[in-house]
This record gives sequence, structure tokens and C-alpha cells, in this order.
Amino acid sequence: MTFEWSAIWDALPSLLEGAKMTIQITLLGLIGGSVIGFLSGVVTTYVKVPISTRSVITAVAVLVALYLVSRLGAWVADTFMAGVSPMVWNGLKLLILMAVVWRFAAYLPRALSFLAQVYILIIRGTPIVVQVMFIYFALPLLAGWRIDAVMAAIFTLMINSGAYIAEIVRGALQSVPKGLREAGEAMGLPFWKILAYIIGPVALRRMIPAMGNQCIISLKDSSLFIVIGVAELTRQGQEIIAANFRSVEIWGAVAVIYLILTGFIALTLKFIEHRTQIV
Amino acid sequence: MSIVEFRNVVKRFGENTVLDNISLNIDPHEVVVVVGPSGSGKSTFLRCINVLETIQEGDIIVNGLSVRGTPAQVRELRREAGMVFQQFNLFPQLTALENVMFGPVHTRGVNRRQAREEAKELLAKVGLEARMDHYPGQLSGGQQQRVAIARALAIKPRLMLFDEPTSALDPELRFEVLKVMQDVAEEGMTMVVVTHEMEFARRVGSRLLFMDGGKIAEDGLPAELLSNPPSQRLRDFLQHVT
Repeated sequence: MTFEWSAIWDALPSLLEGAKMTIQITLLGLIGGSVIGFLSGVVTTYVKVPISTRSVITAVAVLVALYLVSRLGAWVADTFMAGVSPMVWNGLKLLILMAVVWRFAAYLPRALSFLAQVYILIIRGTPIVVQVMFIYFALPLLAGWRIDAVMAAIFTLMINSGAYIAEIVRGALQSVPKGLREAGEAMGLPFWKILAYIIGPVALRRMIPAMGNQCIISLKDSSLFIVIGVAELTRQGQEIIAANFRSVEIWGAVAVIYLILTGFIALTLKFIEHRTQIV
Repeated sequence: MSIVEFRNVVKRFGENTVLDNISLNIDPHEVVVVVGPSGSGKSTFLRCINVLETIQEGDIIVNGLSVRGTPAQVRELRREAGMVFQQFNLFPQLTALENVMFGPVHTRGVNRRQAREEAKELLAKVGLEARMDHYPGQLSGGQQQRVAIARALAIKPRLMLFDEPTSALDPELRFEVLKVMQDVAEEGMTMVVVTHEMEFARRVGSRLLFMDGGKIAEDGLPAELLSNPPSQRLRDFLQHVT
């Protein structure tokens, strides 16, 4: 066969469109994933809740109790509150919710830590293709509302990378010597300041290699969103090949574009790592 | 009035009683040296004072504040008790100067310019103004410990706690740290020092506590206790460390 450079030139505009979509999904997914990951990582590091028979039973009991209360609430609403305006009723619900949260505020960190662990367990334990299919095809059936493919892709990448980033954050926080925390405590600093000014800056540097990994993995994983028809780079390549049959040229070009994008991530992180190195 | 007051303090790690019903007063300007065999509870004794360990029974009053107070009261108490650790625990991402500035800026709300000036003075006092822009990783152990002392002094505590400050140092570096500690003592600072440096205890200390099995076995003047150990236990201990 002959290698047709012209096939690549002709395909380049739509491939770049696809690359743009890939970058958008990855960037938004990773930003959201970082937020979820940092919160989950911090809470699972500093609030220890073992996933044991006891904690699982407690969690199930709480869920059942919440379900029963909500059913009771619905029954009360239907029976006694029929004439009350929805505004007042919603306000009342909010008030009750706030009262419950306030009453059990002391348990909130433990509940969040448990939830974060379950979240990490589920997301790391299922393939990303299944996750995106579930969100795009199954969730509309369950919840009744549907989101468009790009939003589903971004959301999937968020929750997926969030679970891995949570573990990266936990690992980095745990690797910081205990003495630094004690030094901060001995000065009379509150814990959030110790985290923000002492442990955080040290941990952030230790996260860089693993975060680089995660960014590259998430970028490449976005190619799997081909299954829900998002017009990202891989999908664009496939559609062009379906029309012109130039597999070698187009898949080659797609691979090179991915390589450029991941290379850019790798270089950026190397640069950050170099700039923030502690002597 | 005492600056530190132990009232029937009991500290346990699980089944193990580390501090066994300790009562004791420490007055301003005292330099209390705490010695004892490993596992005798001397480090725990020190760490209980600024609540790095929580106690199970009794109470400790530091400068009028209880270690059993609210988190805000505990933070207030800790600002009156500067701590120096065996492993220095300097913040690795900050220079020597920034390490010393850190406490005043973040706990006392001192503005950065003033904190910088005060930090420079403190580093000069410990003989390290030439090294103020170095990171901890670029300093020797003795220099790091002197920065750590300056950092603890920077929050203007009423009391300084030293947890085996020279135990992680090479013999020739210990001297420079002990010299700085002596300077601090001579300025009238109240100090509690856990150490194996008997020479320092004799020369700088105003009071010696010998701990054994979670109790204070001896409490007296360093010169007397070290020259004429009143108990066999102390005699044995002193033979092993000197």
C-alpha cells in the first residue's frame, strides 16, 4: 500500500475538532475529579472508619431509617398538608433536614469518611466503560432525566478520576512525617492551618508523579467514551476511516495526536516538579 | 505562682501506665532537667504539658489553662509552651527564616515585615543569621536544632519544652545546641528539658527530676543528686549514662 499523506491533511480539521473535545472532557473531568479526590482523600486519611461488619450494619440502618423518615414525611404531606403551598412545605423540609444534620453533626465526618470509602471501592472496582454506559443509558431509566453525551462523559471522568485521586492524596498525606504535624500542633495552630500550610505543601510535591500518571490515564480513557458516541478524537478518527478506509494514516495520526497531548502533560508536570523541588 | 502544675496525673497507653499519679509544681525561671531510663515516661511527661498526649486522670494547669480545656483553650495553652523536638521537625519547604517567621504570622497574627525582623534577631541569637535563606535540608543537624529553638522562641512562650534535643546529633554538634539552650536559660526562661546530658543538668539545671517506672523517684538540686545519689536506682542509672 502507499502512505497517503493527503488523507491526513484532509482529515486534520475534524481530527483537531475531536482533539479539542478530548481536551475539554479531560480538563473538566480532571478539575472536578481533583475536587472530589482532594476532599475524599483528606477525609479518609484523617477520619478513620474501618469497613467492618459493624460499620456496614450501622450504615445500612441509617439508610433504612432515612428511607422510612422520608416515606413518613411523604405520607404526612399527602394526608395533612394537601392545602399548604409547596414553598412552605419545602421550607419545612429544609428546616427538618438542617435540624437532623445539626443534631448528628458529630457523626458527620465519620459518615463522610465511610461514604468516601464506599465510593472509592465502587468506582475503582468497575470498568469506566460500564460507568459511562450506566450514567448515559441506565440513569435516565432510573431517575427519569437524561443528560447529553458530552456531559455524561465529563461526569464519568470526574467520578472516575476522583476515586483514584483520593487514593493518591491519601498516600501523599500519610507519607508526610508525623513530626511536622506535631510541630504545628505544638505552636497552637488549628488543624486546618496545619493541613493548609504545613502538611499540604509537602504532600502536594509528593503527589506530582502519581498525579501525572492519573492525568495521562484519564486523557487516554476519554477515548472509551466512543461507546456513547461523543465526538472525541478516537470517534472522529473512526468516522473518517468509515468513509475513506485509510486505517494506517488516520489511526497513525490519531496516535500521534494523543502522544503530543500526553507528552505535553508529562513535560508540564516535570516542569512543576523541578520548580517546586525542595533542596 | 507556679507556671506548670501537675495534679495527680495518670497517663496510660492501653494497659500500660506511663505516668503514675504525678503531682508537681514548676515555678517561673526554673530550669527543670528530667532524666531517667528509657521507658520511664520522661518524654510522655513533657509531651503531656502541651497536650501532644492526652491524660486519663488528674489535670495539668499551664499558665492558668487546663490541658483538659476546649480546643481553643488548648491552642492558647500551647502558644505559651514552645516545643523543641528530638528530630527537629523543621518545615522542609520553608527556609530557616520562614520557619522562624511561621509561628508569629500564623498563630499570633503578626504582620510579615515585623515577623521577619524578629526572626532575623532570633536567628542572630542562635548564631545563624548567615544561614537564614537556607532550607533545613541544607543545614547540619546542630544548625537545624538551633533554628528549631529560634522557631519555638518566636511565638514568645512563657515556657520552653525540650524533648531530648541533642539525642539525634553527632557529639561535636551537641555543644552548639547546649550553648544556645544555656543562653536561653540565662535570660530567665522557664525550661523543662528531657535529656541524657548530665553535664548540662549540673551546670545549667536548677532542679533535677529522676523518673523511674512512671513516677518521679527523685526531685532535688542537680549538683546534690548527681554527686550524692540518694538511691541505688539513681546510682545504677548514672553509672550507665556516664
